[in-house]
Order: sequence, then structure tokens, then C-alpha cells
Amino acid sequence: MNRAANKNKVFDHKDLLSIDELSAEDIMTVLNYAKMFEEVNERTIKKVPALRGKTVCNLFLEPSTRTRGSFELAEKRLSCDTVNAGGSASSTVKGESLVDTIKTLDSMKVDMFIVRHKYAGTPYIVSQHTNAAVIDAGDGKHQHPTQALLDLYTIWKKKGSFDGLKVGIVGDIVHSRVCGSLVPALAKLGAEVTLIAPATMLPACPEVLGAAHVTANLDEALPDLDVVYMLRIQMERLEEAPFPSLREYHLLYGLTKEREPLMKQDAIICHPGPINRGVELDSYMADGSHSVITDQVFSGVCVRMALIYLLLGGANDEISA
Amino acid sequence: MQRSESDQACVMDENEIDRTLVRMAHQILEQNKGGENLALVGILTRGDILARKLAEIIYQIEGIHVPVGSLDISLYRDDTCIMNFPQLRGTDILFNIDNKTIVLVDDVLFTGRTIRAALDALMDFGRPARIQLAILVDRGHRELPIRADFVGKNVPSAANENVRLHLKDVDGYSSVTITRINPGERIGSAPIGGDHE
Amino acid sequence: MKYLLKGVRAVDPAIGLDVQRDIVIEDGVIAQVEASIAPTEDMIVLEREGCVAIPGLVDVHVHLRDPGFEYKEAIETGTAAAAHGGFTDICSMANTNPVTDEAAIIDYVIDKANEAGHCTVHPAGACTKGLAGESLAEMGDMVAHGAAAFTDDGRGIQDAGMMRRVMDYAKMFDKVIMSHCQDDGLVGKGQVNEGPVSTKLGLAGWPAAGEEVQIQRDIVLSELTGCPIHIQHLTTAHGLDLVRDGKARGVAVTCEATPHHLVLCDEDITTTYDTNLKMNPPLRSKADNAALIEAVKDGTVDVIATDHAPHAAFEKEREFELAPFGITGLETSLGIVNTYLVEAGHIDLNRMVELMCINPRKILRIEQVTLEPGSTADITVFDPAAKWTVEADGMYSKSQNSPFIGFELIGKPTDVFCKGKLTLEDGVVTA
Repeated sequence: MNRAANKNKVFDHKDLLSIDELSAEDIMTVLNYAKMFEEVNERTIKKVPALRGKTVCNLFLEPSTRTRGSFELAEKRLSCDTVNAGGSASSTVKGESLVDTIKTLDSMKVDMFIVRHKYAGTPYIVSQHTNAAVIDAGDGKHQHPTQALLDLYTIWKKKGSFDGLKVGIVGDIVHSRVCGSLVPALAKLGAEVTLIAPATMLPACPEVLGAAHVTANLDEALPDLDVVYMLRIQMERLEEAPFPSLREYHLLYGLTKEREPLMKQDAIICHPGPINRGVELDSYMADGSHSVITDQVFSGVCVRMALIYLLLGGANDEISA
Repeated sequence: MQRSESDQACVMDENEIDRTLVRMAHQILEQNKGGENLALVGILTRGDILARKLAEIIYQIEGIHVPVGSLDISLYRDDTCIMNFPQLRGTDILFNIDNKTIVLVDDVLFTGRTIRAALDALMDFGRPARIQLAILVDRGHRELPIRADFVGKNVPSAANENVRLHLKDVDGYSSVTITRINPGERIGSAPIGGDHE
Repeated sequence: MKYLLKGVRAVDPAIGLDVQRDIVIEDGVIAQVEASIAPTEDMIVLEREGCVAIPGLVDVHVHLRDPGFEYKEAIETGTAAAAHGGFTDICSMANTNPVTDEAAIIDYVIDKANEAGHCTVHPAGACTKGLAGESLAEMGDMVAHGAAAFTDDGRGIQDAGMMRRVMDYAKMFDKVIMSHCQDDGLVGKGQVNEGPVSTKLGLAGWPAAGEEVQIQRDIVLSELTGCPIHIQHLTTAHGLDLVRDGKARGVAVTCEATPHHLVLCDEDITTTYDTNLKMNPPLRSKADNAALIEAVKDGTVDVIATDHAPHAAFEKEREFELAPFGITGLETSLGIVNTYLVEAGHIDLNRMVELMCINPRKILRIEQVTLEPGSTADITVFDPAAKWTVEADGMYSKSQNSPFIGFELIGKPTDVFCKGKLTLEDGVVTA
């Protein structure tokens, strides 16, 4: 049956190139499926044969251990065969163009590409040169839809609903592909997003992402927030840092034990990882009762299993024999 | 029992289904010499409801609660590449199946492929002492060497016929019907909530 | 060779001409312009009823890429593309390899262009050696060999002191300094206009201010030095105000707008990350489009220039952030201007001739041709009603990196006389 023409599919997509392609209903479908895949990850034998014989290529043209590991586990637990491309030994380093790399891998008959690159729009280019499904695993400063989905899943499990939920995102918004996906998704699901950062860390038009409020003052924003999402400070690029020092950043924007009394009792703290302890979070908050950072990591595997399953097979509304 | 070409024929009504389940519960207990170390696992969808009904009857007979689980075999199907994926409903087995006698429960036994998938799925949960199969209706046409230990009723059917169970709990009425398959129609369980085709 | 151009609407605001005429071209000059001329045996007759004849089109901003990047464009193909687009004269930019920063390269470009014979090329020399912005290039020698203007286009001169030295020095040659305004500190790795689109697409912003601070700087320096300044590819509403103010104060400032900055905007760039919409300066907002059109009408914008910047397909077929800036423009310029400015009612043909024929010649300090007997026969003939679709296949340029492919345009060049030589005949470039 022609997949694209199947009206019965509960998730009618070939690729996930950006979170904007998903309706609120689609997002909830992924989250509901992730919930069912949680059980598989709790078993002694954490593997189901659902996607036996499907080949997934993890095309990571930018180094990433966490996201790639999470994807690989998700693929393997669905019984996919996986091949990893990219990295320092790849042909792209030897000067091969992206298009040639895709054509080469596509010739090996791959069913799905997971694409990570430091340049925006790469997953779209990949999708133009293959019939395989494509998932954006982070493209430049553009989007990181699966990170957003796992964040949403974590928040949903803790809070039950997004409607009217007050979410604050703190830190380097302008360089954050997570924000590129998470802010529009939260807005779509009815949450109210506040971006908290100095202007040096904000994009030109935060409102187009779906942010309801923008403020430079963490202490003023904190008491209202149900979810505090701390972004990572890129320690690699401090010479062009948008703040004077780590010390001052920590003073103004660090989530510390001293700031805990400002927070709602039931507020949760998210962070995409890896954490810089003592910069955006102190250890007390990173490991404390508000923190759901390790839940996010677990959510990542469940959400990615759900997404790969939905894209590679698609789920039908009805049951067949 | 009259069967015209397009008409659906009722092969079991509510009373017969209930009486059959009581008989099957007795058979299960007899075969296993009581309810000790027994657990029921129903295959989604409707097998799980039958399993709960059987457990209830076993409680009435023996006064013991046997654990009941439900199994979604979607992730174990062998036809995922050619068919559309069924919607996931989730597996729910909240007890340890190791060294237990597991009675798999399903509504209709047909090709045997569902049971094959269910066996694979169960094995991923642990190592049961033995697995038995309880089926309300066996309609024949096996494609795999699988047979049921407990059969409610044998209903001979043609390949182009559909045998479906409806249950009051989810469909509003209980019956087993046999219908001719219209072009484009699926074989297999009816959608939950009644067959309105 | 003697040509008779019959039945054209001759438009030349310099001599107040806008009427149907027959024109005889002989020995490189216009021999006769009359209401009706009977053909004689020795004439090649071009029946062009319904077409418009204007003084030859001039493009003051063209990257011919030759020497050095012949895989993108060669002088032969670039000048053929110019003829195809209706141009008789173009000014080539200096960012070649080696850089056009000495007389030998000026000679090379002029010689190659003469050899090709498709149009007249007036090379611009670099202001600074190697476009490095550090030391003056040999402008005097380059002028002696035919350099028409000076520019560090592609890089821009970052240091204000260096820019002043360039202008102070260039003043004695009566040549214009063409300035590519881009403050590196503000622009950095900017990819697209800073605003909603850069935010949405996660691309580094190229702020309007990055252009405007240098426009202001150059106007102030022109005032200080007395050297004429020409602002290249101006794109922002505020930048236009700066030029407007400078002109009002009597500063010798001119500026150009490109067809793409008039017609396209940053919102055209979507999640398909089309690299044919990546150029420098970037496409700006819809409001900037409107401001540019207003400035074209009120005279703030002096010329339309294409910034024809060919790139090979393999260079453009890649990640947006890695693809080079620039698009081709020679072969679509007249069609775009006629469709979106003239047909749309913003300007009339007289204004178009000022923008594309008269003012560019003033800026390049080259001979002002007219449609009267005795003038050098640089004439562009176009069919103002011809409807056509831009296609990659139909181009003479070696590269097809045009965002206008697929556009339906009205108005197409049919014939071009370059110094009396028929370089384009019935839409086909002559050998």
C-alpha cells in the first residue's frame, strides 16, 4: 500500500525534518507511543523484532556521543540493522560533498537516515537525494526536533498537560537548536514560554519562534515557572562569549541553591546535557528533587523508538490479521 | 443455521459464549490440577477481556486470584513489512512469568501467526514453565504447526469468510459471527466498539 | 555592414525622444534616424515593429570571474551572457585570481573581451593590493590601461583610514570609488538578513546596520575627500535615507540597486534553504523592497546593476552556510525591471533608460551614447510585450545560479548593436 496515500495512518509522515511539520496531534501520538515503548526498555530483554531487516544509517557529520548513542539504542531495541557514517574518518572530511555522501550511502539501500550536521538545513538536502526516511538529529542552529520531543515527553509525564504550563528557558537561546524546535512545539501545545537571557544571547525575533515573553531577569521570572529549562553554556567558544565571565553568568543566570526558594514547590528543572556544573546549575540543583535531567535521557530512547517505529512502518488505526 | 451469501451468521450467542467460558475454565483447572502457579495472558484485543473473564470464573470455582496480563503482539508480527502496522496498545504484564504455567488466551485461532508472535513476545518476558493456548473459536486454516489446548468451539469456515467475536464489555453486545469478506475488507478482529461495517 | 532597424519605438530621454523611428547603423555609428527610411540593396533589414530601441544597456557591477575562476564564468561566456541580456557595456569586478590590481590584468580583461566581441568591458581595478585593504593598488597605471573605476567589491575596505587614503588618492584620476559596504565586525558569519527569517532558520544574521554604518562612513569620507563614491548593491531603507541626505547636502554620492533586491525578500528563503537565494548583501525585508522601489522612482537610486555573480552548480548544491554568496543576473535584468518596475507602473521607459543606460555611463565616465545620427551605435532593442519563462537551459552564462529560474517575465532583448556590430540578433548571440 502506498504509505503516503494511507488515510488510516495515525502518523502520516515520511521524514521529520523540523518540528514544524508535526501538528499538536502528531506530537501527542509520538508521546503516547513513547509511553508504550517505555515498557520495552524496562524488560530484561530490551528488544523487540518490530523493525527486523530495516537498515538505519546514523549520519553524524558533527561529533555527538549522547544523541547518537540514544538513537543507536533505539534502533537496536527495535531490531534495526545500523550503520554509522560521518565522524573524523568520513569521506566528507576527505572533501566529498554532502550530496555525494548521501548518494553513496543511499546506493547501499538504507531505509532511514538519522542526520546530524553543524549546518542548518542539512536534513532537507539529504531528503532530496534519497527515498529513505530522514530524521533531523540536530542541524546547525536550526532545529533538534527529537530533543524537543523527549523534553516534551518528560514534561508531559511530570505535569500531565501542556495547557497553560509556564516554561522558562534560560541561557544561550540564539545558538540553541533545541530552542528552535522546543519553543514552537511548546507554543503549539498551549504552553506559555518565557525566554530568559541577556540580549547578547537572544535571536533577532524571539517571537517568531513562539515565545510569549522575553526577559533578562531570572529572579523575576522564576516564581511563575512550572518548568525551568536550563541551556548549556558552550565552554568551547568562550573567546566570543556573550557574557563577561563564567562567574558573572553564574551570578545572573545560574540556577543555584540560593534561588531554590524562588521556585514553585513542584517546578521541574530540565537540561539537554551535558551539564556544566557550577555554571548554569550548581550540583545541588542538578541532582536535587526538582531535577528531571536523567528522566530526559531515558525519555530520549523511548521517544526515538516511537518515532523510528512510526516513520518506518507507520501505525494504522485499524488492526490487521 | 442459515447462511446466505452476504448475510452474517451468528455462530455463538451471548449465553453460549458464557457457558463455553465456564467449561473452558473448568478444563484449564482440571488440566493443571488447580490454579496454583497459573497465570493468564490475553492477546490484544479481546483476548485480554476473555482472559479476565476466565480469571473471574476461576475465582468463582477455586477462590483464588490468578494473575492476568495483556499482550500486544504488534511489535512481533511477521507481516509488518507487507501490512500496515497495527496501532500499538501496549503490553501489560505486571507479574513475573518465570516458571509459571501461562495460558495464552485469544478469541479466534486462524493461521496461527498471531500465536507464533505471542510466543516470541512471551519468551522476551522470561522463561515460563509451560505455555498453553486457550481459544474461544478455532476456525481452521492453520499456516503454522500450532494447535490450541483449550478450544471453546470449532467453527469450520471458508478462507473468504471472517469470524469475529464481539463482547458486551467493549462492543455493547456479545456474539461470534461469520461473514463473507467484502472486497477491501480486513480479515481479523473487529475494531473495538462494535462492527459497523 | 549596414543595418536598417525598422519600426521601433525609439526612447532616449537625453534627447527627448519617444516616437516610432527607422534607424540606419553604418560603420559603427548611427547614420540616420527618420520616421521612415526605405531600405536599399546594401542594407540588412531588421523588421522590429512593436519593439523598443534604447541606448545600449550598461551594467556597472559584473563578476566575470576571469582570470582565475573560469569554471564559474569566462570572459567569453560572461560577455555573451551580457549581450543576451541586452547589454552593450559592462564593468567587471576586480576579485579575480590574480586580483585585478595591476595594469597587466586590466589589459588581459580588455583584450579577452575584445577577442570575444560580445560587448565592451570596462574593468574596475582594485583599490588595494590583493583586495587586502592594506596598501594602495597602482591605480594610476590601471587608469592608463583602461580601468573605469575602482572597487574592493567582494571584501570591502574595513579600515576607515585606508578608505580615506584610497579616496584621497583616486580623486586625481576622476574615477569613482565603488564601495561594497559590509562591516565585518557586525556581519561576521552572517548568512541572511537578521530578523524573523534568520531566527526561524537558525542562520547567523547579517544585520542592516552592517551595511548602513559603512554607507554613512563612505558618504562622510566622500564629503571629506571630494572623491565621488558609488554605493554598490544598496539594500536597506535606512541606507537609502543616508544616500538621500548625502545627495541633499551635495555629496558626490551615487548608488545602485539590484533586480533581486527590488523583487525578492528574505521571506522567500524557507526551510528548503535554497542557496540561489544566498547573496551578499542578503535579501532584506518586504519593507526594504518597497523602500528601494520608492528610491528608484524618486531618483535616490541612480542605477540598476545586477551584481552578476556566477558560481558552479557543485558550489551551490550544498549546505546553505557553506555555499558561496552570489547569483547570476545579466540575462534576467531587463525582464525583471520591465516586469516589476515598468509594467507594474512604478516607472516609465524614460526612467528605465536613465537607470540602465544614461546614469551607468555617467558613473563609469564612459561616452554617453544617444539615439541620434553621429552617435556611437550602442543600441539595445527589446520586445516589451514578449512573455517568457526564465530557464536554466536558455542561458549563455557558464553558471545557472539564478533565483529567477521559473519566473514568468514580460520583455526580452531581441537585438543589440555594440559599436555598430550586431552582437544579439533576434534573441540569439551572434558568433
